[in-house]
Amino acid sequence: MTGTALSALAAEHVSRGFLSTSGVEIVFLLVGLVTLGAAVVTVTTRQLVHAALWLVVALGGLAVEYLLLTAEFIAWVQVLIYVGSVVVLLLFGLMLTKAPIGRSPDADSGNRWAALGVAGAAAAALVWVVVDAFRTTWIDLDGAPQGSTKVSGEILFRHWVLPFEALSVLLLAALVGAIVLSRRKKEEER
Amino acid sequence: MSSDTLDVVLRLLAVFVCFLVLPLVIGQTEHKVMAHMQGRLGPMYAGGFHGWAQLVADGVKFAQKEDVVPADADRRIFQLAPAVALLPYLLVLLAIPVGPGNAVGQAVDAGIFFVLAVMGVGVLGSLMAGWASANKFSLLGGLRTAAQLLAYELPMLLAAASVAMAAGTVSLPGIVDAFHWWWVPWQIVGGVVFFTAGLAELQRPPFDMPVADSEIIFGAYTEYTGLRFAMFLLAEYAGIVVLCGLTTVLFLGGWHGPFGADGLGWLWTLLKTLVLAFVVIWLRVTYPRLREDQLQKLAWTVLIPLALAQIALTGVVKVVIQ
Repeated sequence: MTGTALSALAAEHVSRGFLSTSGVEIVFLLVGLVTLGAAVVTVTTRQLVHAALWLVVALGGLAVEYLLLTAEFIAWVQVLIYVGSVVVLLLFGLMLTKAPIGRSPDADSGNRWAALGVAGAAAAALVWVVVDAFRTTWIDLDGAPQGSTKVSGEILFRHWVLPFEALSVLLLAALVGAIVLSRRKKEEER
Repeated sequence: MSSDTLDVVLRLLAVFVCFLVLPLVIGQTEHKVMAHMQGRLGPMYAGGFHGWAQLVADGVKFAQKEDVVPADADRRIFQLAPAVALLPYLLVLLAIPVGPGNAVGQAVDAGIFFVLAVMGVGVLGSLMAGWASANKFSLLGGLRTAAQLLAYELPMLLAAASVAMAAGTVSLPGIVDAFHWWWVPWQIVGGVVFFTAGLAELQRPPFDMPVADSEIIFGAYTEYTGLRFAMFLLAEYAGIVVLCGLTTVLFLGGWHGPFGADGLGWLWTLLKTLVLAFVVIWLRVTYPRLREDQLQKLAWTVLIPLALAQIALTGVVKVVIQ
């Protein structure tokens, strides 16, 4: 979405409070709470496979949030990539190595407090940035969809095409790096 | 408002009825087609005429059986798995258009992404079942399921992307609207790749290593009994309906036909879907099972290059005809 459209939208709805209570907003908050809860359980549970499955709930909840924000395309891509592929890979890795049924008391890296600190700092920074940037912006749910595939595609390939290409180069570098790392190990074994 | 609600309820009801009836029709067809191809009778007694009631009898049998959960199993995940395997196919069926105009359960803007994303969730059901059963054969089945996903997901997405490029939209009704007869030869390679990858997703022969009965009993579903086992079977047959319906919509022009496209469009969709379902059964009777590594090789050295070539061809033709 372009900046002018944003400010126009903001001007239109400037009379609204920070949080009004319409049905969609209540649902958004409830789904957000479920997502947060699932995410917390993911990192605190002692059962490894359960953690991966709670991650499915958290990622799925995030997809529902995208849907409620009218970003339909992003929501389906979220399900396709994260729930359908990343979690399956995670489960595959767990099953291949160590996935006992029941608790794993040794599943603790000892970095609990450092991790909590980093997570808290990252969450605070992100929330601050998002609230600061979008404080008075409202999505018009009755008008034309603002997160449809067409709109997302046009924004991505017109306004943000350079970062998009930079990202794809980054991913390619990661891919090549992974191949190099895995091949070198094999040669050492020989 | 009330007519809107009625409309939604009717659509959901229609999709639900399709979801319950079509998999059974395909299951019965499989009984009969396999029997004929293998030169045997098949079930002939239940219900009188050619054993038409055999599936009903099977259903009653499943409902009567005791629902057993192994003592060492992870109870909740074990019991949740069949639902996770089955529900995605019901959701996907909602988005497949059967006729022109508004004949679809729920029009989804990014239809292709929706169906592929939601179908991918079904794999989680097999993984959960395989892990939670506390059985080595089940775990092996789950592992094979996950390994299989690495093989089929990319070619399937690439083949679907080719059609989306050709039509210039990712909405399923939009793709069928843009269809012309010459798309069939143009997109045939993508269609074959999509269908093959779909067979691997459904774990149907020749890609049924995750449930290979002669090696690992019944893979992830070994420990299941009664209705929960029936739900996994239903998921397999509902998967055939969904895969054949999607191939019809994406590659064979859905409701377009030589005649009667206005009123009888849904019949064309149904006919093409059923012909493809017959092919799925035919392949089961014809081909031996591949090994897991053979599937990986097939996917990464044949299917993905073919799908990429199809995307290149689609791009070139698209630019030329514009």
